[in-house]
Amino acid sequence: MHREDFLMLDSDIVYFDNGATTLKPKCVVEAMDKYYTVHTSNIHRGDYDAAIVTNRLYDETRDIVKEFINCNNSSEVVFTSGATMSINMVVFGYMKKHLKKDDEVLLTKSEHASNVLPWMKLSEEIGIVIKYIDLDDDYSFTVENVRKSISDKTKVISIAHVTNVIGDVRDIYTIGKICREKNILFCVDGAQSVPHMKVDFKAANIDFLSFSGHKMLGPTGVGVLVGREELLNDMEPLFYGGGMNSYFEADNSYELKKTPTKFEAGTPPIAEVIGLGEAIKYLMKIGMDKVHQYEKELKKYLISELEKIPNLILYNKNSDCGILAFNIEGVFAQETSIYLNHYHICVRAGNHCTKMLKDNLGVKNTVRVSMYLYNNKDDIDRLIDVLKNSKDIFKVVL
Amino acid sequence: MDSNLRREIILDNYQNPMNKGLVDDDSYIKIKVNSDNCIDNLDFIIKVSDDKIVDIRFDGEACAISTSATSIMIRSLIGRRIEEVRTILINYKKMINEEAYDSDVLGELNVYDEICKQPNRKSCALIPSKAVEKLLEVLDNEN
Repeated sequence: MHREDFLMLDSDIVYFDNGATTLKPKCVVEAMDKYYTVHTSNIHRGDYDAAIVTNRLYDETRDIVKEFINCNNSSEVVFTSGATMSINMVVFGYMKKHLKKDDEVLLTKSEHASNVLPWMKLSEEIGIVIKYIDLDDDYSFTVENVRKSISDKTKVISIAHVTNVIGDVRDIYTIGKICREKNILFCVDGAQSVPHMKVDFKAANIDFLSFSGHKMLGPTGVGVLVGREELLNDMEPLFYGGGMNSYFEADNSYELKKTPTKFEAGTPPIAEVIGLGEAIKYLMKIGMDKVHQYEKELKKYLISELEKIPNLILYNKNSDCGILAFNIEGVFAQETSIYLNHYHICVRAGNHCTKMLKDNLGVKNTVRVSMYLYNNKDDIDRLIDVLKNSKDIFKVVL
Repeated sequence: MDSNLRREIILDNYQNPMNKGLVDDDSYIKIKVNSDNCIDNLDFIIKVSDDKIVDIRFDGEACAISTSATSIMIRSLIGRRIEEVRTILINYKKMINEEAYDSDVLGELNVYDEICKQPNRKSCALIPSKAVEKLLEVLDNEN
């Protein structure tokens, strides 16, 4: 749907790498262009017309995010450089201050590196213990697995809402309820879910939600951390400088501004925040339930067609989103992605930054097709045609 | 080189690579190599004795180019003196990076003389040379 809004699609490509980053609609590019050509200015410090416009657009984006993910108020919305920075802020700004040796943090082995390595580093620094919730045969997990993994020492559960290789949609609403009952902090990596389905911060009892702009039609360089206000108030900034302080004196005294400003030191990515606001408005206009439903239908069609091809291994047929990981039997994933590129089909090959998943999957590298609202059945048909003829793959790639 | 012959050599070395599989032997030097694009990932073990490469073995998941290049590099280096290894390494890297090189010293490794046409695969072809470079560093530090 809405293919006409995406100029990249004017060229003869099939873009199936949306898990990595998405294409940008014209309205996002135009809003950023306008900032650079009509009202360039810094925020919070100017009294001239251009700065007033820029201020308004920057601040409005917080309101747009609040409405989009249903948090309590706009001050719970912190702009970051992306989901990776958001999670690092939570781990080193909040958890480092509040956790202690032997406290347990529950993750899964299918988490992205950005939701594993910060915790490993914190474990190195203060001795928290990382435990992994068991994955089932289809690499997803049930709420029961979560319950079994919780001990008296569990202080945090930090999981992706949708994982970036398997694409399993976790029941964050039930898990969030369990966390609230047991007084466990619930951190959700929404990088692969917020762009594709309705995510309700309040209903899921989330404490910290992280996501990136560029995976949801927005620009690179901007992301969001949404945190419950009382937690953000008790979180330390990782960066100090202009814009985030109320005063500082020669006797080393200083006072920081309130949440969320205290987390946005220096000049923020202004054009990017404005672009993100446009991207979210664009998505809300379509409706996230419609986006999710459409992607599920595409996935169903993709699977039904791929199953007709005998030499393919499909790893996650059942996950409820637009992500599919596969391999051609006996062919290394990268050869397949190079082969598909020959026919202008963009996919990703690799471990997709989930390096621990190989323990469960039995294979390190896969080809990932990740779809979005502008993909259609014609895109899938092109992929199928090329994969049907893959017996000549080495003639093409070597 | 004829492109069919080139493809045949690469494919043969990819599908039946020489010395794939590691052995547990402390007399080997162990070396890990990853590609910068994060997908090729190989472990090497190399045995050097009397200034000569006695054996090289490898294991891991990698693409057709890095696996075949590793296989051919292993065949080219076993039995060579370290100085010869240096010469092969220097000329191989020059070839991949499109600089002037001596093709006479490279033998079968010359099948990668057109890999520059696929820039994203240069790092794959350089995987075995990275392993040899690390080996030479280890040997230089020992001396």
